[in-house]
This record gives sequence, structure tokens and C-alpha cells, in this order.
Amino acid sequence: MAKRETIILDQAGVNRAITRIAHEILERNKGSANLVLIGIRSKGDTLAGHLNVLIGEIEGEQVPLGAVDITMYRDDLAERGSLPIGKTDIPFPLDGKHVILVDDVLYTGRTIRSAMDALMDFGRPSSIQLAVLIDRGHRELPIRADFVGRNVPTSREEQVEVVFTDDHNPLEVRLIKP
Amino acid sequence: MAFQHKHILGIESLSREDIELILNTGDAFKEINGRDIKKVPTLRGKTIINAFFEASTRTRLSFEIAGKRLSADTVNISGSTSSVVKGETLEDTAKNIEAMAPDIIVIRHGHSGAPHYLAERLETCSVVNAGDGAHEHPSQALLDLMTMREHKGRIEGLEVAIVGDITHSRVARSNIYALSKMGARVRLAGPGTMLPPGIERLGNVEVCANLLDAIKDADVVMMLRIQLERQSQTLLPSLREYARFYGLNTENIKLAKEDAIVMHPGPMNRGVEISTYVADGIQNVILDQVANGVAVRMALLYLVSGVESMQTQ
Amino acid sequence: MKAMLIRGGRVVDPSQNLDDILDILIQDGKVAKCGKQLKDSQAEIIDAKGKLVTPGLVDIHVHLRDPGLEYKEDIGSGTLSAVAGGFTSIACMPNTKPVNDNHTITRYILEKAAKEGHCRVFPIASITKGLSGESLSELGELREAGCYGASDDGKPVGNSEMMRRAMEYARPFGMTIISHAEDLSLVGSGVMNEGPVSTELGLKGIPWVAEDAATARDIMLAELTGCHLHVAHVSTKGSVELIRQAKRRGAPVTCEATPHHFTLTDEAVRGYNTNAKMNPPLRSEEDRLAICQGLADGTIDAIATDHAPHHIDEKNVEFNIAMNGVVGLETALPLTLKLVQDRVIDLNRAIELLTCGPSEALGLPVGGLQVGGDADLTIIDLDRKWTVAASQLNSKSKNTPFDGWAMQGAAVCTIVAGEIVYKLD
Ligand SMILES: [Zn+2]
Repeated sequence: MAKRETIILDQAGVNRAITRIAHEILERNKGSANLVLIGIRSKGDTLAGHLNVLIGEIEGEQVPLGAVDITMYRDDLAERGSLPIGKTDIPFPLDGKHVILVDDVLYTGRTIRSAMDALMDFGRPSSIQLAVLIDRGHRELPIRADFVGRNVPTSREEQVEVVFTDDHNPLEVRLIKP
Repeated sequence: MAFQHKHILGIESLSREDIELILNTGDAFKEINGRDIKKVPTLRGKTIINAFFEASTRTRLSFEIAGKRLSADTVNISGSTSSVVKGETLEDTAKNIEAMAPDIIVIRHGHSGAPHYLAERLETCSVVNAGDGAHEHPSQALLDLMTMREHKGRIEGLEVAIVGDITHSRVARSNIYALSKMGARVRLAGPGTMLPPGIERLGNVEVCANLLDAIKDADVVMMLRIQLERQSQTLLPSLREYARFYGLNTENIKLAKEDAIVMHPGPMNRGVEISTYVADGIQNVILDQVANGVAVRMALLYLVSGVESMQTQ
Repeated sequence: MKAMLIRGGRVVDPSQNLDDILDILIQDGKVAKCGKQLKDSQAEIIDAKGKLVTPGLVDIHVHLRDPGLEYKEDIGSGTLSAVAGGFTSIACMPNTKPVNDNHTITRYILEKAAKEGHCRVFPIASITKGLSGESLSELGELREAGCYGASDDGKPVGNSEMMRRAMEYARPFGMTIISHAEDLSLVGSGVMNEGPVSTELGLKGIPWVAEDAATARDIMLAELTGCHLHVAHVSTKGSVELIRQAKRRGAPVTCEATPHHFTLTDEAVRGYNTNAKMNPPLRSEEDRLAICQGLADGTIDAIATDHAPHHIDEKNVEFNIAMNGVVGLETALPLTLKLVQDRVIDLNRAIELLTCGPSEALGLPVGGLQVGGDADLTIIDLDRKWTVAASQLNSKSKNTPFDGWAMQGAAVCTIVAGEIVYKLD
């Protein structure tokens, strides 16, 4: 049976959502002082980069940008084997910072749990806030996002995929039914 | 392609893709070693036994740190190769260890083939070879490649001179396999008594008549440790003469490429295979090798754990 | 004793150039008649139609391990293994505990063989007391007690003077000196053949010259002393050539090769297979081919197994510390027949190498089917296909490198002095 794909957010929609999130972040944190952005590899880091560009446009200056690979913090080695490990790149201290953790899709919450564990190993941030483009529900851990581009009710069988162009610009978000 | 090797017995059985994956994973893990909190939970709950039947400080330390940084529980046992004399066979020792349900046994043994012997007989846990006799020392070759890649940006096409006692060197064998698979060229030099027959068949290898031919225009010069304790008079007239004909010094190093790097698996005999001035010179990357050793061993432990965990499921 | 008539087999006896479809009548343990259409209404009939009937096979290089090392093999189990492989006569090496360096031990072996053995056993004396290489064994009494040859097998007689005196002393007694030819200073701590495979496996090698040098010395000593020298388990191209030249000069030299050396090479060691560890070691393909050539052109006189049983605990260890040797009595015949199938030698030559070849090398009174002689026979099914299963071997020890090998040809009936001592099916 062929998979059915629906576009649930087109390029304009994605851009609007990211722009809104950028404004919300700055509003909530009263500007960009002490703010850092850390994207979760391998799509959250791209989104974090776009967010930073927008923040730079609004505030006149970008904030420190890092990337975290959560493979070494996963809890599913036995099920998935040794997945390739990407590089974690956080070239600045986190102590006393407000960390905006960025991911594309929030689902079970396990990835976020892993990412927070990783961040804690880098220091003691003042706060960690979570920004996601899509929240598709089905949480398995007590985790919620602070900034959400779009809430999308889904079933567990469905997949949500954020698609980027070859030059890493967000293109659209697809809902894939089995 | 996921990593498929439950055991790391030697470089010979790894593919180029395997080696690249290990090096890339090592690169990623290396970042942890620069953190304040040098620990990740990746192998939490795993037990790693470092069974060193042959004396070694640095390799054992490196594997132990690698395991601990991945949150595995590491336990060391050491004994001499002659434990058979005391009545227990290697198989019994190993089965006893396995009964305590470790996930990985890292083994260093004086007899070539001992890790293969264990891998054939153990039911569940992974075996990682930390050096067997004069056969292989895979983690050393991998850390060497990682260091070369760091400094040269590539491995393909490099000219690598390996100088010393090739006959008794597991480091040389593993490096020959690894470098050949990655597209580098290996030139060997050493006293005639220390060049084993057929070594050129192991890979992309040229056996050179002397040290100078080997290091001329080389990108990497790797000096092997002369095993003082193993030296019988039949192999060498004197260390003094060895130093003269096969030692790297500030003069002959000039034959290598200007940006050549100097490597040594350690521990060095200063004034024998390497002069103090070269050992302390800027071309020397020996401490990078040591640092990369931890990262590459983390990679090995992580990768075999994935295979081992999936199979025990 | 009931008479026995073996009917319709192809009788091949190279000792008398015999190759014909014949019947053989056995009476009182002797060959009574050999001819066409023999009749005897009293005799037990054995149908050998389509089978090969040969003199009982002879193996002049066996380690029976008895006395003293019975946990590996004893005279009962070793001779059972022999008859299962088609052998009716075996010569056993003196490296037992104690060493067969005096007639008491020889008598023990012969008496135990008479009581518990399944085939004839010819003990070989040690050249030096306790295999120490230091003083001569009592070769005269040993010869009287039944030793046809002397050897320090397992190790060479390192001292050239000692070897010279042994040959001088043995010659008047008509004893053959069997040389385990190795220069131990060149062997060093080697555990396999020196070559690309040893380099790859990181195992210490034994160069061919260790054997060639010792072979050359012993040939020269034989020429000096006039003593008959038999070179055991020739494994190198150089040794074969040295013996070929010596024979051309008329030197009193014979030699043997083992099935493992003409079948396998040092490639078999890969994987650190301790059942491919033996002394002399498995050599290169070039050496193997030279041995095949020597078997074909007559340079090599005999196929001998160097049957060397070892307990599993002595093999199930790291390669470096595993004992040397493999069992061979039950695989020698099919491996020799494989040479025939592969057209290395013809069938008559194969049987020669397993019967009169070895018996003449050691001067044993067996190996032929002459009328009036002892009725030792082996009936062979050349077409029988079977698979080697180490666990099924009759030997106490299972250390074979041929486990799982598909074989063609087997001894289906082994007869010693007119009595069936082994029968398949
Ligand atoms: Zn021998």
C-alpha cells in the first residue's frame, strides 16, 4: 500500500512559525541578553540557525549558537544498536545562561530528555526552554515545549517530517500516513 | 550501514567503511575529553573487563578511561601469560569471567591468536583485542590513523614510513592493514633480522633497504619501540649501532617532507630509536596519539556494544 | 584355525609386481595359495569382488604413548585405530615414559601388544638413553629384543659426534637409524613454518633450512658410516632434493612423508588451528608439491603417519603452547588414495608406499603376500565415500586436522595372521 503524504505546513507557514517563535523567545526573555540557542542534531540545529538569523535581525546581534548530538545519551542502544554519533559543538559556557533548546518535532519527549542530560554535562544553565516547530503529542515523559510552531494531532502510526531544501532552508512539513 | 562486528580482533577483518566509521565516531567522542564533566551515559550498566595477561600500563589505562567516560563499569585483571603453568587454561579463565556476565572483555595477551581463541569460545560477550603477541594491535593502528587524519586532513595517498623491529611488532601489522585499506602507502625499514618474510604481502607495502630510503619524502614517520627485554644478541649487535643505523635524529628527519609528523606507539627509548631532540620536536605528535587513543577506544567500545546488545535482545 | 578364502578381489602386491583378479586362500594364518578359481569347501568365504586386496598396510611412524602416556593413547586403542585404518603392522616410537631405551621396555610393549593389541607392533628403540642425546642406548640388546630401528624422534640428535657414533654402532646390528632431522638452533622457539602465513599470524616461524641442514648432515654421516639412514617425515623441498641426490650417489638412505605434509600447507594454521600444529610444521605449497613429486619418482620410499595422539586439553589452548602432532592412522589410506584420484601417483605406487615401501625401509618381515608368508591383508573399497568425524575415531585422541573432510576409499576388512581384526559393516 502506498504511503499517503499531506503537506501540513508549507514554506510560508514554516517561515511564519519560526518568525513567531523568535519574537516569543525574545519577549519571554526580555531581549537576547544571556540567551543561547542549541539545536538538536540533525534538524533542530538547522532550525536553530534560522532562529538565530531572525533574532539577529530583530535585536541587531545574534546569540551564541551550538549543536548537540544526543546519540550518546540515548536509552535505546539495545533496540537500535550503535547509531552513528554526530559531533556536539557547544563552544561557550552554559553557566548562568538561558538555553533555548531547539528541535524540529516534539513527540515522546525522550530526545529532549537526552538533550537536557547532555546540556547538564556542560554546565548549569539558569534555565532551559524548549522550542519546537511541530508538537505532535504522545508524550512518554513529563516534558512540554515553551514555544511551538504548530500543534498537530497525529496517530502513533503516522510520521511527521520536516523537509529542508538542499541549501538547508525549511521547505515544508509533511504528515505521512502508513 | 550499521557496524556489524561483535568482536574487534584485528584490522584485517575490518573494511574501509568500518575503519571510517570508527574514526568518525572517535572524532565525535573526542569532544567529551575536553569537557569539564568528562562522562556520558552511553554505556551505563555495561561491564567491561580489561584482562591484561601481559604487562601494559598505557593501553590498559587508555581502555579503562575510555570505558569510564562512557559510564561503563570497568574492572581490571592482570596476570602473566604463564598462568597456564599455574594450572588454569585461558578458556577456564575466560569462562569464569564470562560467568560474571560482563559485556565486553578487552584482552591483551602475549600469545598471538589469544583473542580469537576467546571469541570462538565465549557465548555472549564481545572481545576487543588490545594486542596479541606479534599479531595485531587494532586500537593502536586506529588511533594512529586518527592522528594522521587530524594532522594531514586525509589518509589516502599518504606515504608512511614504519621503522624498527617489524618481526615482533603487532603495531606494524595492524598499521599495514589499516593504512593499506585506507589508500596510504607503507614503507618499512629495520635491521635484516627484524624484517619477517612475506610482510609485503600484507598490504600496500614496500620494504626499503635502509632507514633513509624509508623516510625520504614521507608524510609520516612512525618509529617502533625496540624491545630491550626481547633483544637477544642474535638480532642486534648493540643498541648503540641500532641508534646509528635505524634511529631517527634531527639530521635524517630532514629527508622526510618538511611538514612530516613523527609518531611512536610508546614508550619511547630516547636515544635509541628516536633522539631526544626529535622526540621533543614540533613534528612530534606522540601526545596527540595518546589523547586520540582514549577517543578511538571509546568508539570501539561503543560500536561493539551496539552489536552485542542487539544480539542479546 | 578355520581356513579363509578371499574371492574375486583385485590383488595388488607391489612387492611381487602383482596386480590381477585373484583368489587368496589362507590356512593356519599363512597365505596358502594365490590364484584363479581357488576352491576350498571348508574355508570361510570372503567376497572381495570389486574390492582391492593388498598386503596389510604398514606404518613405520606411530606414537603409541604406551607406557606412561596412556591418557593420550595406549597399545589397545592405538592398534585398534591402526586396523580401522587398514594397517596390520605399525612401528612405535620410543618417546614414551619411560623411554624405550632398554630391552625391558621393548618386551613390555611386545607383550602388551600380543595380549591387547589388534595388529603387529614393532617397537623402535631410542638412539640415546632417555632421548637425552648424551649416551647410546643398548642398541644390541634392543635389536635382540625386537627393535629394527632406532630413533630419538620428537627431537634430533643434536650432537653430530653422537649421531656418527650411533650410526657406526648400529650398523653391525643391522639396525636402521631414523632421523628426526631438525637443527634446533634454527628452530628456536618457532611454532609453525616460517613464511608469509607466520608473518601474518604473528607466530614465530621455523625456516625450511632447519630441516634441510640436519638432513644434509645425517645423509653425510650415513655415507661416512655406511649405516642405513631413514629420514622421518620429510617436509621440505630441499630435503626431498638432498635425498634424491644422495640416492643417486648410492647412499644408504630411505625416507618417508606423512599424509598431512602431502595434503596440507601452512595455510591450514590460519585461525590458529592447533590441529594444524605439528613438527615438522606444515610447509608451503611449493614444499607440498615437492613431496608429491618425491612420492611419484621414488625418492620417498614410504608414507608414514607420524600418528601423534594428544589429549584435548593439550590442544585446546593458545597456539603457542599447544602440543605438536596429529593423529593419522585412520585418515592415511584415503588421503593416499586421494593422490591417486588426483593423478599424482598410480594405485600400485600408492599401495607400494603403504606396504613394502615402509617395511623395506625399516627391514620389517611384513608387507607382501608371498605364499607361505604371514596372512596380513587389507581389503579396500576404493569407491566408498565417507566423512571424517573426529569424535568417531578409534584413537583415544581426536586431534585431526581433517575433521569433516569428505573422503573416498576405506579399508573394509583388515586381516592379521589370517584373522579378521577389523570389519566395516
Ligand atoms: Zn619426528
